[in-house]
Amino acid sequence: MNMIAETKLEPKQVQTMQNSFKMLGRNVTVHYGAKQALFDVNLAIRQNTVTALIGPSGCGKSTFLRCLNRMNDTIDNCRVGGEITLEGQDIYDPSIDVVELRARVGMVFQKPNPFPKSIYENVAYGPRIHGLARSKVDFDQIVETSLIKAGLWNEVKDRLHEAGTGLSGGQQQRLCIARAVAVSPEVILMDEPCSALDPIATAKVEELIHELRSNYTIVIVTHSMQQAARVSQRTAMFHLGQLVEENDTDKIFTNPDESRTQDYIMGRFG
Amino acid sequence: MTSSMLILIVALIGIFAYFAGRIRAAGSNGRTHSRPGYHGAYVALSALIPALALVLVWSIAAPIYINGKVHAALPSDLKSDPAIEALSFNSVVGISRGLETIPASEVAAARSGTKTWNEVLAAGNVPVAGDLRPEIISAAQSMNAMTESSRSTLAAIAVAVSLVGGFLGYRRVSARFRARNLVERVILVGLVLCSSIAILTTIGIVFSMLSEAVRFFAVVPPHQFFFGTVWDPRFAAAGSGGAGGQFGLIPLLAGTLYIAFVAMLFAVPVGLFSAIYMSEYASPKFRALAKPALEVLAGIPTIVYGFFALTAVGPFLRDLSSSLNHLVTGDASNFIQAQSVITAGIVMGIMLIPFVSSLSDDIITQVPRSLRDGSLGLGATRSETIKKVVLPAALPGIVGALLLTASRAVGETMIVVLAAGVAARLQLNPFEPMTTVTVKIVNQLTGDLEFTSPQTLVAFALGITLFAITLMLNIYALYIVRKYREQYE
Ligand SMILES: Nc1ncnc2c1ncn2[C@@H]1O[C@H](COP(=O)(O)OP(=O)(O)O)[C@@H](O)[C@H]1O
Ligand SMILES: [Mg+2]
Repeated sequence: MNMIAETKLEPKQVQTMQNSFKMLGRNVTVHYGAKQALFDVNLAIRQNTVTALIGPSGCGKSTFLRCLNRMNDTIDNCRVGGEITLEGQDIYDPSIDVVELRARVGMVFQKPNPFPKSIYENVAYGPRIHGLARSKVDFDQIVETSLIKAGLWNEVKDRLHEAGTGLSGGQQQRLCIARAVAVSPEVILMDEPCSALDPIATAKVEELIHELRSNYTIVIVTHSMQQAARVSQRTAMFHLGQLVEENDTDKIFTNPDESRTQDYIMGRFG
Repeated sequence: MTSSMLILIVALIGIFAYFAGRIRAAGSNGRTHSRPGYHGAYVALSALIPALALVLVWSIAAPIYINGKVHAALPSDLKSDPAIEALSFNSVVGISRGLETIPASEVAAARSGTKTWNEVLAAGNVPVAGDLRPEIISAAQSMNAMTESSRSTLAAIAVAVSLVGGFLGYRRVSARFRARNLVERVILVGLVLCSSIAILTTIGIVFSMLSEAVRFFAVVPPHQFFFGTVWDPRFAAAGSGGAGGQFGLIPLLAGTLYIAFVAMLFAVPVGLFSAIYMSEYASPKFRALAKPALEVLAGIPTIVYGFFALTAVGPFLRDLSSSLNHLVTGDASNFIQAQSVITAGIVMGIMLIPFVSSLSDDIITQVPRSLRDGSLGLGATRSETIKKVVLPAALPGIVGALLLTASRAVGETMIVVLAAGVAARLQLNPFEPMTTVTVKIVNQLTGDLEFTSPQTLVAFALGITLFAITLMLNIYALYIVRKYREQYE
């Protein structure tokens, strides 16, 4: 739908839009064993934009998200078809190094999952494995800026060497965001990052997503319509493994093209 | 009436009580508090528990009482020496058993004097000493009579108690009677009793070992035992006061720890790496096949491993060392003995591999998937994730598992006997034989025993020492494992 609309644009316009697309999925299909979870999804992710993926449970939002940094590779019976590009480069190409890809496309999970290490070591984990810093000073610097970006610095600066698992749920999730930010990714994927948090912690994370947008491209899966409306500029609606429509968030929430989207937003199913 | 008969009758009363209670509850008008089954169970329990408790107490108390009576009735000249008294009492018991199997006609013949008691008893396969005193026979007969009357009294009382209990229980059954709660409480008490049996037996074992060990330390001062460096408990002739011999624990303890250490040196890396492979890399199909196969290894009796050490590993190492020596120095003498610390260590290590791998595998798979995902999502490779996230998270649990394994290594006997020999030596060369605490316990307790000499009593001192070591290892291991569990709850 969206793709069809785009093909009608002038060639020059297409070119500029291609450039502003950070990631592009074409005919993405996913099978878990014999069961097909995604059907020919075509979706563009724009640079420095928050894209929300919405839709009822089990419609394939997480599955699509995990395709974007190949986390599906870690699931035994999962097969991905179609093409996904990051800045024009096919990420499923055999020449692509997954390690490098995941450094560029970071991920924040549904349940906060800090490592059973200190706060400092949690944040320094990514930079260590990618060799992003040499000296202690460099590491200190990365840890500090990442925690500042995640809005956690003031709360933890006096106890950097205490266990990350000792923080509250909301703080743990922001620690995970800091951990992802520390490897300077270009894209950050978030799978229902607030579903395990209370409203105040949720508000903090949403605010953080707002701020991160200027430096990162963000894709967020969410169950909450309000959250999608608050944090995203683009929204993609999934249903039964298919992309129903993708458009400006304002448009989706006020005047969607598809009646299924309308029904879902109005709470008529899901 | 035999006890099994009695128990059968009480059980029948119980079954009858169950149905009676059930029917009465079902027949009572209004909504009953508990389902009829609970009422039935309540009535059955009130018929069974007091009666069975009585049977239990009686069958413990009655023999004690009867034995006391028999002892008292023995003629005074037999009671002057405790040894003779014990001997006479044993023959009373033997004859009283024999009298029950010998046909009544024979007994009558002996009584009337047509046959001698010796003939009759010998024909009934009862061993008797040459001169059989009439007091012994009469004591045996009175013992049998007392036993018989005790049995029938018990039967009568038990059946009566059972009937009365059942009746009282039956009377209580009514719509509002809370049978369910009472039955639940009885079940709870039963479960508590069962679990305390395990604990009580452990405590009993410890105390029996402790009391024997105390007797040992009365003869041999503790510091000579715990700090002595020579193990040489020569068997002194009986009655010579048990003196002589040296009971140094150190060579045995050193051997135990040395062999266990060598075994862990082999078992830990192999077991741990196989656990990592199994939990992190193996395909589900391979895992489903290999894990049970490894666990089968854990079920092989250790004597089989000892056999393997004796016939395969030991000779192999000996021949290997002699050919190596020949290559290097031209001298074909072997520097590894067939029975040596290293042989026992390797074979015991093989035995321990499945324990290490199976326990660690369980712990590694317990590390939540979300942690792995978090690490992989940051671009870590699989081995980096294992090294930096999974293993550190699992480490306390793995250490606990290794301590549990170590306590098995410390307690192992059969492999050591066959693979490292029985010579208690204090030395450091892993190619020479050494021996362990458990082997010496077996050594001291086999053959002709005299439970008063320090040569046998030392086994209990060794046992209690070993028990203390493994207990501490286990407690520490459980403490660590528990601490680890809390992390993810
Ligand atoms: N690891 C898996 N193995 C098999 N099926 C899966 C797996 N993960 C997800 N699925 C299936 O794929 C479909 C999409 O799941 P998912 O992407 O998690 O949905 P959403 O995140 O939108 O709730 C669901 O039907 C789900 O049952
Ligand atoms: Mg999901």
